[in-house]
Amino acid sequence: METLTTFAQLVAGGLLTGLVFALVALGLTLVYGVMDVVNFAHGEFLMLAMYAALGLGLLGIDLFAGLPLVAAALFLFGIVVYRVFVRRLLAGPPEATVFGTFGLLVLLQGTAQALFSSDYFSAPNRPLQGTVHLGPIALEQSALAEGFGALVLTGLVYAFVEYTESGRAMRAVAEDRIAATLMGINVQRINALAFGIGSACVGAAGALLMLSYPVYPTVGAQFALTAFVVVALGGFGSIEGALIAALLVGLLEVLGGFYLSPELKMVPVYLAYLAVVLLRPQGLLGRR
Amino acid sequence: MPNVSTRLCLATALAFAVAPSAATRAADPPADIVIGSILPLTGPSAQTGAGLKAAQELAADLVNGHVSYPLPAVGQNGIPGLGHARIKLVFADSQGKPDQARAAAEELITQDHAVALIGAYISSTTATASQVAERYGIPFLNPDSSAPSLTQRGLKWFFRATPNDATFAQNFYDFLADLKTTKKIAIHKVAVVNEDGLFGTGSGDAEESIGKSSGYDIVARIPYPATTTEVNAEVEKIKSAAPDVLMMSSYLPDALLFMRGLKDQAVAVQSIFGQDAGFIDPGFIRTEGDDAEGVFTREVFSLDIKQRNKSVPLIDQLFRARFGGKPLDGNTARDFTGVLVLADALDRAHSTDPASIRAALIKTNIPGNRTLMPWKSIHFDPSGQNDGGVGIIEQIQNGKYETVWPFDVAVKAVVWPMPAWKH
Repeated sequence: METLTTFAQLVAGGLLTGLVFALVALGLTLVYGVMDVVNFAHGEFLMLAMYAALGLGLLGIDLFAGLPLVAAALFLFGIVVYRVFVRRLLAGPPEATVFGTFGLLVLLQGTAQALFSSDYFSAPNRPLQGTVHLGPIALEQSALAEGFGALVLTGLVYAFVEYTESGRAMRAVAEDRIAATLMGINVQRINALAFGIGSACVGAAGALLMLSYPVYPTVGAQFALTAFVVVALGGFGSIEGALIAALLVGLLEVLGGFYLSPELKMVPVYLAYLAVVLLRPQGLLGRR
Repeated sequence: MPNVSTRLCLATALAFAVAPSAATRAADPPADIVIGSILPLTGPSAQTGAGLKAAQELAADLVNGHVSYPLPAVGQNGIPGLGHARIKLVFADSQGKPDQARAAAEELITQDHAVALIGAYISSTTATASQVAERYGIPFLNPDSSAPSLTQRGLKWFFRATPNDATFAQNFYDFLADLKTTKKIAIHKVAVVNEDGLFGTGSGDAEESIGKSSGYDIVARIPYPATTTEVNAEVEKIKSAAPDVLMMSSYLPDALLFMRGLKDQAVAVQSIFGQDAGFIDPGFIRTEGDDAEGVFTREVFSLDIKQRNKSVPLIDQLFRARFGGKPLDGNTARDFTGVLVLADALDRAHSTDPASIRAALIKTNIPGNRTLMPWKSIHFDPSGQNDGGVGIIEQIQNGKYETVWPFDVAVKAVVWPMPAWKH
């Protein structure tokens, strides 16, 4: 009974962890799916969003009221970064986007360090710090909120891509850029929109993460590495693939941590990743 | 206006031009003694580095000055044993990187002709910089790095004034032993939890081995990756091991994750002992609030030491005046002390020959109450480790860190066990 309870607790914790990973990975997979760009500065966008949420918190705006503001700010930031920077990278050789976005990572991290120091900051008066008990299982309210946010955001982005005019245009661009241009789709506009929405997602993720996590200049790296694994595992560009992969990663990490050793908890995750890359290089739900 | 400032400039220039010649007339002043200091002046630890630099400069100025304090080597207008020569610190930036620290040491020795080196805060940079000093046969005084391995390398020219993480682990068990005799609190089961980097592994290993040899039951040893974003499995492991005391070596984000997890899972421990780092970060109390009550952490320094050495608040004031009002802390107090240790050795060496300085360092014996630190003494064992080092243990009481051990510098009584989690 005792071991069964522990197992149930671990599974619940793993699924919630997975949803947090899905939340962070969503923007990354969207940008990749539309324009074939892996944004290496994705984690730093998350970091900026967390600082923005912290700033609003210090002004007395709580995290939930601040969430749409942070998402909107990151949307604009994403569009500007696309128009000023990424657009030019796309005109160059394929590796230009890799080095370019990596450079952006270094720049954003350094700037944050200079402006905010390397100290850790948690949002003031964080809501939802209690515990929810489901029988013998205890869950953090903040993790539940983050998980719920992940599901809602994934649903919204999925619906947008599947059912709206712009979403259809995005899928067309993802499938065949030249054909889409010939059909009268403004590829630059669609790319900017995708980059903006991807950034807005990471903005919402950052605001939600402030429920349970402190912000510091290198916080992005903690989450971004797992996000890259999730996106590759789920299939680059697949929204539902990222969600399923994130849940799998969360479960493997937590169960691996308990039944192997916490030190080795990422081992099952990377083994699963290797297996998928070898046997199904396009990822679990990837196309091609 | 330009006229005034021009005149001022001229006057200043004149004063500088005249001053040395006036001195020369009296007697040739001995040349300044160059001490090379390697610190992280840029990069992620730049802020800490700036504080350490200010603390070292303050110490050098007090050595070169005439005001005396109950501290070694200060207030004698320089180094008496060397004709009152002044010490001069030359700083080089490690950027917090081992390879840069190596280059900095090389430069200080070959270009600046430093007779001794001090630094370098981050353990991995201290490791490389001290290898260079060893190669050139220049004494290296390390006031502030706590990785136990640094003094296990068999170096001849390396001296560490600060206690290391093994000492701090020993202090936890000394504290538990003291609690047993004074308060009849008997602890048997200890769980050791640590991040798996150099810092966590070093202190976790020491906590585990010292615990075992002192007769405690180490019911769990849980190393975890420092960069983790969740600690579900770790908390379940702690819960099933049911320890009396939890010893943790964590940075702030992971320390916060553990505190949340332990509370959610209602893991009942009598107390949590944190090894500095995340548990001493200002963000810890700020974030945890009431949940932090009763948590112990070791520190290397506290302003409470004024009980033992009355210069502590005075040096603190001088430091604040130089460093934007920020108080003296464990890192800056140790770097301040490090410069005095070198000055004391130079005085006794009566020479700037590196071998003589080394010989004097080996004979160092400064009583603890003549320092800002809680130490018993400063005396180097054959490995170069100060064997008189002690940490202090603080407990969070009413939202503040209060010194509770060693009992001779304690300002508050121990609260045991820590309060139950409030849901």
